[in-house]
Amino acid sequence: MKVHEYQAKELLKSAGVAVPEGIVITRAEEAAKAFDALGGGLIVIKAQVHAGGRGKGVAIGPDDDHEQALKIASGQAPRPASMAKGVQLVRTAQEAQLAAESLLGKTLVTYQTGAQGQLIAKVLVTVGHDIARELYLGMAVDRALKCPVLMASTEGGVEIETVAATHPEKIHREPIDVGLGLADFQARNVCKALGLTGESAKKGVTFLKNFVKLFIEKDASLAEINPLIVTAEGDVLALDCKLNFDDNASFRHPEVVAMLDEAEEDPAELRATRIGLSYVSLDGDIACLVNGAGLAMSTMDLIKYHGGEPANFLDVGGGANKDQVLEGFRILLSSPKVKAVLVNIFGGIMKCDTIATALLAAYDEIDFRVPLVVRLEGTNVEKGKSLLKESGRPIITADGLTDAAQKVVAAARGAA
Amino acid sequence: MSILVDQNTRLICQGITGKAGAFHSEQCQAYGTNLVGGTTPGRGGTKTLGVPVFDTVAEAVQETGANATMIFVPPPFAADAIMEAADAGISVIVAITEGIPVIDMVRAVAYLKTHRPDARLIGPNCPGIITPGQCKIGIMPGYIHKPGKVGVVSRSGTLTYEAVWQLTNLGIGQSTCIGIGGDPVNGTSFVDALTMFEADPETEAVLMMGEIGGNAEEQAAAMKASGQFTKPLAAFIAGQTAPPGKRMGHAGAIISGGSGKASDKIAALEGAGIHVAKSPADMGVTLKSVLKG
Repeated sequence: MKVHEYQAKELLKSAGVAVPEGIVITRAEEAAKAFDALGGGLIVIKAQVHAGGRGKGVAIGPDDDHEQALKIASGQAPRPASMAKGVQLVRTAQEAQLAAESLLGKTLVTYQTGAQGQLIAKVLVTVGHDIARELYLGMAVDRALKCPVLMASTEGGVEIETVAATHPEKIHREPIDVGLGLADFQARNVCKALGLTGESAKKGVTFLKNFVKLFIEKDASLAEINPLIVTAEGDVLALDCKLNFDDNASFRHPEVVAMLDEAEEDPAELRATRIGLSYVSLDGDIACLVNGAGLAMSTMDLIKYHGGEPANFLDVGGGANKDQVLEGFRILLSSPKVKAVLVNIFGGIMKCDTIATALLAAYDEIDFRVPLVVRLEGTNVEKGKSLLKESGRPIITADGLTDAAQKVVAAARGAA
Repeated sequence: MSILVDQNTRLICQGITGKAGAFHSEQCQAYGTNLVGGTTPGRGGTKTLGVPVFDTVAEAVQETGANATMIFVPPPFAADAIMEAADAGISVIVAITEGIPVIDMVRAVAYLKTHRPDARLIGPNCPGIITPGQCKIGIMPGYIHKPGKVGVVSRSGTLTYEAVWQLTNLGIGQSTCIGIGGDPVNGTSFVDALTMFEADPETEAVLMMGEIGGNAEEQAAAMKASGQFTKPLAAFIAGQTAPPGKRMGHAGAIISGGSGKASDKIAALEGAGIHVAKSPADMGVTLKSVLKG
């Protein structure tokens, strides 16, 4: 699960990690008041969407060309003055209001959102600082080491993947013992690697230890502070922050779950999550419903291998009961792009005839507007197939994976 | 011969009185697995499926001589169940539970490393392990398997059944099939499984199913390339069409920061001389081709 920058900063602040003061607003009229409340001077206005690249991103209205905006946001075309940047510096209350107006209610397109962009419903008004140095801090669970690893680099403001590719030696790593947190000596090592000295190093140790503690306590899966800044006064602050959380730990963090912004999520994915299905939207026109994540991914690959384009990933779980299949079908068919549906189920402990009965029941409850190809394998497969064949419904049955893929690709082309 | 489990395995189920625990314990029994007991805190002293239920794993081990466990404990308590089994002296710990918080698994794996480095954790979020004809621990359908000499190792459940079924239909039996699970932090890696298959004289070749996320497949490729794994090896990688940044069902199946892509894994495997099936329909025949070669 992802949260907004302002929410991540609230969590950092409550954990004792230094962040610039800020106020989040939803109406442009609130900008001037927020400007004054923060003491004026140099203030930064930042669009709040779940995507990186906001500084280079552009805010567009309903009449603007999304593809052109994506080119601008990706640095492939010049930015016209009419398109506001996602992050703006202001020095007066009036400028603050104008900046907020240029963002709120608009769509922000960045290289990460794609041409579609994300609606800007909230703006963060935050204190600007004189930046002496820009650094990088990140944390994620390392699968090979089987523990979280804190990563620090002096190359702040740059994508860490770029640094990792060009200057891997510039990334300092500290594996974390989750029982211990970040040990004092590790914090000092990181400060040394970041070139922090004197008071800044002391502040850095507190910052780092609290940051690691927050990651562990809140079950974060990814945390990034880019840039981490050292101000002209020697303060160490998180200028930006990205936090993702482990969905498996949601049950013990209602305060984090409450931060979910449903407007940022894909509606079909949200709907699937609510009934325990795992769904991901893709760009193609052949939908698939499969039991098990590995087989679901393989089914997408299979469709592509036979010349089709998968429309989604949908795992209905090891079992596949009628209610899940029914809701799965509804989600698949809600996409206007879909031209054919492939059901691929390996009935292991659950028998194929039981699955066929569930499929038929679900089929009858929905208006199935596209061809349906079903491939069943496992216990009682012949019984399951004949149930489908003799049902009188126009369901295409397949023998084996290759046959299924060829039939569904042909069906999608026929319906095109 | 086989790895980890055979006819001498004495199994308990942690969470035996729960719905899934009870159902699959019965299925394992029906396959011929020697189920000797189970645990559910608070239900000690009762009996189910003809075996005794205990409050603690320590008691279960003491009373039944169990050496393996199958865990169906709900996610919030599953990592604790893994540590309890290790502390009680169980050697093969098979965690079926899906949805355990990653940090909990980090703690459980660290606990095992410190206190029971000899114990073998399989999973979590996995179908389990089976030595066909001898011992089934987990949720896989037993009848699709056939005793034989090919080792199978996979991060997925139903995709493994698919692969095993293809092998069986080609007349190729299996020595042991291990599902290592779809989570980012787990007990057994591909390298661990290949190391055990290499040492097993009865395993002649291995079929391995990987997927996007992490670099466990690349490590397996490096092991083959360096000559530490010498037997014929065929593979399949799921998720070639998966978009970056999205979790594809399994918590560990995600391409992040440009790493964990299927294309990189396939290139690493092929670079090590491993045959990689292009289509999931060809997993069995790809393995068959390396057997001949």
